[in-house]
Amino acid sequence: MAAAQPAALAGDARRPGQHTWLHAMVRWLFIAVSLTFLAAVLLAPLATVFAMALAKGVQAYLRSFADPDTAAAIRLTLTTALVVVPINTLFGLAAAWAIAKFEFRGKSILITLIDLPLAISPVIAGLIFVLLFGLHGWFGVWLREHDLSIIFALPGIMLATMFVTFPYVARELIPLMQQLGNNEEEAAITLGAGGWMTFFRVTLPKIRWGLVYGVVLCNARAMGEFGAVSVVSGHIRGLTNTMPLHIEILYNEYNFVGAFAVASLLTLLAAVTLVVKTLVERTGYRRR
Amino acid sequence: MSFRQPSVLPGFGLTFGFTTFFLSAIVLLPLAALVLAAASMHWSDFVHVVASPRALGSFRLSFGASFLAAAINLVFGFIIAWTLVRYEFPGRGLIDALIDMPFALPTAVSGIALTTVFAHNGWIGRYLEPWGVKVAYTWLGVTLALTLISMPFAVRAVQPALLEVRRDLEEAAETLGAHRLYVFRHIILPTVLPALLTGFTLAFARALGEYGSVIFIAGNLPMKTEITPLLIVIHLEEFDYQGAAALGVVMLVISFVVLLAINLLQAWGRRRHVRAAH
Repeated sequence: MAAAQPAALAGDARRPGQHTWLHAMVRWLFIAVSLTFLAAVLLAPLATVFAMALAKGVQAYLRSFADPDTAAAIRLTLTTALVVVPINTLFGLAAAWAIAKFEFRGKSILITLIDLPLAISPVIAGLIFVLLFGLHGWFGVWLREHDLSIIFALPGIMLATMFVTFPYVARELIPLMQQLGNNEEEAAITLGAGGWMTFFRVTLPKIRWGLVYGVVLCNARAMGEFGAVSVVSGHIRGLTNTMPLHIEILYNEYNFVGAFAVASLLTLLAAVTLVVKTLVERTGYRRR
Repeated sequence: MSFRQPSVLPGFGLTFGFTTFFLSAIVLLPLAALVLAAASMHWSDFVHVVASPRALGSFRLSFGASFLAAAINLVFGFIIAWTLVRYEFPGRGLIDALIDMPFALPTAVSGIALTTVFAHNGWIGRYLEPWGVKVAYTWLGVTLALTLISMPFAVRAVQPALLEVRRDLEEAAETLGAHRLYVFRHIILPTVLPALLTGFTLAFARALGEYGSVIFIAGNLPMKTEITPLLIVIHLEEFDYQGAAALGVVMLVISFVVLLAINLLQAWGRRRHVRAAH
């Protein structure tokens, strides 16, 4: 999602000579329609999350986090993100280096394949791992003979999350590194710096803000993933329930304060993600 | 031409090798397993699953609601993008940042929140109830959830294109007496058309695969409010792996077709852009 440039926006909006009554009417109509639409489908649901979470007071809100199953869900989500995000970050850096720094055949196919998980339903992301590692899956018998479980266990949750959040860091870094070019890296290498030194001293400082946003976005998606994880998790309370899955269970048990309390944490995480995005864009780093 | 052009930079073998290995292990091989699982089915079994009334009902809902949601976003996405690009009003920066919220917000959260707002006693639902409009637990709710989660794709596709519109041409046309609608039809629309269609297709693709936000608001009645991803989950819960794989492959193929359409639309947009610059 390319963000508009604030400076250009402001310049555009302040153009003079647009003061006929028709312009004024269209202007207010457009602003009113936009705000009403966003208020109904976006702001009302966001406000509801906190209104429902705090419906029975702050005490009840805080108490819902003391529930051992809720605490276990939060721990599981953090553990999953702690494993998945660094691996996908490493992948994103490697993919961006290979794609942005070199010219090779089939590059556009490789970029399309990296983006593939974004086009695929999260349910299918879960399904493919069930087909591979589930009880009746390809490796199901072998896994059971060796007393290993992937589906309905932590490894399956991590695999499904990894699939779904696979492209985010790479997508952020590839256009950025392509735009920045190779000159400084080539100069460093020519002057005798090693590959790793060039990466850490030359490339990394240039791309750090894009990297920060990619990691934060990847983390938000990893912690919030529902469909893919739902398929592979088995929904075992206190054991394989991540935060989004725990929200579903609490909600279906009519424990609305509990459900929305967990939801409020994830909403805050999304808000932090957007703040980081806005700050990163302010540093002058622009996409496209 | 060799596979790779020479470069003084090191690390191609390491990074390219890691990228393709990891891509194959996490994405490509598992997807191949899905295709193989469906391919190992007997053709008649495959058709039996995919053309069953329940599956057809789910396709109808998934496609219909996704199309409707993408169409709603085509209209409102344009209006919102236009408002953000052309007008200045208090809170514009905040609204611009909030557009990405459905993208960052977990789908389960949007699902339970939307259901609460549009239930018969919810903040908005209670005003719709007297008019006989039921949103939660109907196809309208499905469309609403899909509209919310695909909204950023439509807005963000159109926004940069609107910035590209040549204001000097617009002003010249108006100075020469062109009506505002004429300007829109002949100057603005041709510039943003590829972006509008790309946004529509991106929103459609995102809506088609959505699961988390829909299952809370849909009510999930077979034939009526059951989307295809949910039907896949139901097959899996019954340990009917083949049935799930058959439906999964159908959705996968559709995803590929939509992806191809997006690539073609973006290429078309770039070509038009290059031609306009000359």
